[in-house]
Parts: sequence; C-alpha cells; structure tokens
Amino acid sequence: MPNGLHAVTYIPLVALALIVGVLVWKAIPAIRYNGFGFFVHNRWSIGDLYAPLVTTNGVRHPPLASYGALPLILGTLVSSAIAIVLATPVAIGTALVVVEKLPPRLSSGVGFCLEVLAGVPSVVFGLWGFFTLGPFLSHHVATIWANHVPNVPVLRFFRGPTGAGQGLLTAGVVLAIMIVPIIAATARDLLRQVPRATVEGAVALGMTDSESMRAVSLPWIRSGLIGATVLGLGRALGETIAVAMVSGVLLGSNVHSLYGAFTTIAATLVSQLDGAFSDVSGLTTSTLAETALVLVVITLLANVGARFLVRRVATTALPVGRGI
Amino acid sequence: MAATGSAAAAPSVTGPFATGRRPRLGRRRWGNRLVWALCAVALALVVIPVVSIVWGVAGRALAHWHWSYLTTYPSGNGGGLLNAIEGTLLIVAMVVVVAGAIGVGAGVYLAEYSQDRRHLLRGASEVLAGVPSIVLGYVGFVGLVTALHWHYSLYAGVIVLSVLVVPYIMKTTEVALRNVPTTYREGAEALGMRGGYALRKFVLRPALPGIATGLILAVAIAVGETAPLIYTLGYSSGSPAFGLHNSPTGYLTYNVFTDYNQPFASSHYRADAAALLLIVMVLVLIVIARVIVMTTQRHSPDRPQRMGRRRPGRGPGPSDSVDFDTASR
Repeated sequence: MPNGLHAVTYIPLVALALIVGVLVWKAIPAIRYNGFGFFVHNRWSIGDLYAPLVTTNGVRHPPLASYGALPLILGTLVSSAIAIVLATPVAIGTALVVVEKLPPRLSSGVGFCLEVLAGVPSVVFGLWGFFTLGPFLSHHVATIWANHVPNVPVLRFFRGPTGAGQGLLTAGVVLAIMIVPIIAATARDLLRQVPRATVEGAVALGMTDSESMRAVSLPWIRSGLIGATVLGLGRALGETIAVAMVSGVLLGSNVHSLYGAFTTIAATLVSQLDGAFSDVSGLTTSTLAETALVLVVITLLANVGARFLVRRVATTALPVGRGI
Repeated sequence: MAATGSAAAAPSVTGPFATGRRPRLGRRRWGNRLVWALCAVALALVVIPVVSIVWGVAGRALAHWHWSYLTTYPSGNGGGLLNAIEGTLLIVAMVVVVAGAIGVGAGVYLAEYSQDRRHLLRGASEVLAGVPSIVLGYVGFVGLVTALHWHYSLYAGVIVLSVLVVPYIMKTTEVALRNVPTTYREGAEALGMRGGYALRKFVLRPALPGIATGLILAVAIAVGETAPLIYTLGYSSGSPAFGLHNSPTGYLTYNVFTDYNQPFASSHYRADAAALLLIVMVLVLIVIARVIVMTTQRHSPDRPQRMGRRRPGRGPGPSDSVDFDTASR
C-alpha cells in the first residue's frame, strides 16, 4: 500500500478535528458565561465597552454583556422549515414531469435549469432576492392575503404589513429555490431507476399514471427522497450570504411575523464577526463560536436523523440520495 | 392510495353499465389531470426563477456595462473588477491544485486500497461536507488569521476553501473509480502488472471524466463561495500578492456582497457586473461538465446502463445527469 496515499487520506480527518477543536476551545468562555440562558432568552448585547471589564464565573467581560441565541436558533429553524415545505413538493412535481411526460430534449433543458440553480453563487441569489424577489413578494404576492388573515394566535403570524421585502418570507423562498435542484435532481435520477415491470404491473391493475406514481414509484424512492430532502435541509440551515442579504439580520427579537426581519445563526456569524473585535475581552468572538457549535450540532442532528429515518423506512436497497 | 381503493371497490357494482362506475372513472381521470397540472405548475416554479435570476442580473448589468470592468482596477466607489477577476482565478487555480491532490488521492485510496468499507475517513468527510461554510470561515479566521497572526492572507483563504471542497472531490473520485469494471483490474493482474502500474495505466483512465467532473464542481464551488472567504482573504483593490502573511486578495463574490448596498450608483453597477461575471463563469463550467459527460458517454460502452428506462425510444438524454445539481452546497 502506498504510504503517501495513506497519509493524504487523513487530511480530512485532521481538518475536521481541528475545526471542532478550535470551535470548542473558543467557545468555552462563552459557555461558562452564558450558561443555559443562552438558549432561552433573546437579549443580545455586547455590553458597556467603556466601563472596566468585570469577571463572572471566571470569565472577563464588559459589564451588562448578555447573549441570548433563541432568535438565531428559531430563525434558522423556521426559515429552513419554510424552505423545505415549499421546495419538496415543487421538486417532486418537477421530477415527475421530467421523467414521465417531457421528451428528452426538454427534460435535458430542465436538467440544465436545475444545474444553473445549483451552480449560481449564493451571493447572486442574495442580490436577486434583494432587488427582484423581495419587492415582488411583499408588494404583489403577500398583500393578497396579509390583510385578510384573521387576528387569532397562530394565523396572526401571516398577518400584518408586508414590509419592503427583507424578511422571513423572502429568505424562506430564496432558500427553497436554492435547495430545489438538490431534491429535484435526486428524485429524477431515482425515478428513472424504478423498475419498469413494477410500474407496468400497476398500470395493468388499471391505475392511471398519477395513481401508479403515488402507489408505486414514490414509495419505491422514498428513502432516497428523504436523504435528498435532508441534504437540502443541511444547505438551508447553513446558508449564509443569501440569508444575510435578504433577512435584515435582526438581533435581539424573536421572529413574530412572516414578513418581519429576522436572523439566522449563519447570517449572524457573518455580520457580527467584524464588530466582535471591539469587545477586547473576546467574549463576543467566543459567543459566536458557541453559536457556530450550535449550528454544527443542528446540522449533524438533521443528518443523523435522516440516516435513522432512512434505515427505518427503507424497503428497497436504493442508494440514499446523499448527493455526491 | 385512496384512488387504488376506489378501483378495488368497482367490482361491487354489478353489470358493465351500472351507475356509479362512470362517474368514478371520470373522477379518477380528472384527478389524474389535476395531479399532472400541479406537477406542471411545479415545473414552472422551477424554470421561472432561473429565467428571472439570469435575465434580471444580466439585464441590470448590461444596462450599465462597460468593458473597462475587465481591464481596470477599482478606484473609489467605481472603477473595474480586474483585481477581483485576478483574485478569483488565482484562488480557484490554487484550490484545484491543493484540494485536487488531496481529494483525488484520498478518493483513490478509498476506492482501491481501503479494506474496511466503513472507513473512519468516509464518515469524517461526510461530516466535513455537512459543516456550514461560514463555520469554516470562522475557524479559518480565528485559527489562521488571528491565532497564527497570518492576518488576511491568500493562503488562509485557499486552505479554508480546499477543506470545503475536498469531500466533494473525494466522493466523485471514489464513485468514478468504483464504476470502472472489475474486469479491468483482473485483466491487468492476469497480465502480471503491479498494482500501482495497473492503476495508473488502466483503471484510472476510464475514471478520468468522472474525476474531471468532480474537479469542475469544486471550481464552481470555489468561484461562488463568499462566506468562508470574507474573514480569511479580506479584500484588496490591487493585484493579488503572494505573501503568506498579510496578503489580502480581492474576489468577485466580495464585490457583489459589499457593493450592492453602498449608497453609490457606481457601486451598484459594479456589483451587478460582478454578479454577471459569476453567472457567466458558472454557465461555462456547467457546459464544460456537460460536454465531458456527453463525449465520454458516447464513446464508452462500459458505462453501467440505467436500468428500467421507462420509454426505450425516448429515454433520457445522455447529458442531463451531470453531478452538478445534486452536489452543490
């Protein structure tokens, strides 16, 4: 066995260990200072930078510093949930049409569209969301229902002024568009592998083609679809730049309206790291490491959960659509 | 499954012309049409954003386009993008070399030499592929830029981006090698070749298109990433400098991210121009990947055929399964 090759294989392992190591090492002061309150309150204050540093729990920090990550965590989860809810049916519908109805030339064209969607940099999505999609949604789409939704506890979320286009709705839709190609391309490739005889059997039983899709093809590819959806979820959870450009990055307040500004963990990281260095105690940088750890844990949990789900529902030995 | 149930219930109605049978079929037929109509709407919801993004960005950029964007350095709030173009190309080239060597090497090892299928390395690279890019950027900033006192540095950016794309290159390399028929290896062994020689001369060759596609994917990711670079590369309005320490470098995505909300029209125009350049680069990469896949699929009878193609006469075109779409971050 070539030793050089063997050594090179451990680079990803070392990189991963270093990443986790640096995050944990940086996060320890923040974990000690913020405590459990980090996950339940929403005040985000860097503290009084002009007063002398004080020490709490063995951590030096500016007085009145307070970090609550609840809005960040909620914003991450809610925006990704919106993206998944919007993207999954659209992606599956697209894959069905492409595989079942379109002639090869057209389906190749749709494949090209999916590749463009997957390849366009997220900063371009952000630009488009900021200038085109956001204003369109808030002026022409959300206004259709926003004032007619009854003012009751849950539906209140969909009510209210629709703003200028920076907010949860725009971010959710942009994220959905960004993850559609992942799910759609995997679903398309899996649908093409459904054995023909099985589908013919369904047709022979007198099913229409949509019924055979629902009864045969979709269950056949279910585990792969779940894998692809979680892959998309992972991208939505970690997406940074596009969300930072269309979310309005609102710290210190929980998301309370579909149209309001909000923030996610990733968007907060990119927008706050710059200013974190005005805090000479380093607590802000440390807190950002803690939020990054939370983000990594959430992403990992989603992946592990997907593996668990896939193992439970897997009835056919299909490759899980892990992308590549 | 409700529709299947109604089909099964049909025999309880006696006689071919009995009432109740016709409406059911009609309902199912309309249900079928409704499903396909919804699917067509879904397709439209995918295609329209693509057109809108490309059209919108290109339209805004071309309205104020001038070729000096490509040939001049930025000055004040206006000027060109030459620094960013140079920076992006340089970063991409370095990432391809660094991450390509590591990723292809690791992929070859996993496909050809590792005995244990559930290698620790495979798990590590899957986790690594799932780590959000901003987290990599944070670690690069805290670890390389500040703790090691590199300051904003070309090498810090290249290292972070390489870590980001290595899992993808690794995976595509491994898959490409696993798709090479075992008979190739057996034939080489039967001729008495040593493992390394057979690998270089016979096994690697049919896998090259797959590996190349993986590298192109890595290039596309490297061209389009912003989050891991903002705090590692910094920004410079001049030509890239090759210092390990303190060599901030400009790149195209930075221009889009920071210029779009500056209070100057010239900045907006420059952001649009940078976005257009990014789109053009990605389109070129997609086309290259497609050409590679198309030409190799045409010439290689050894590729595993898709099983169960629905319509033999009008099967899927050869070119619509480049790994691009399932793989990007």
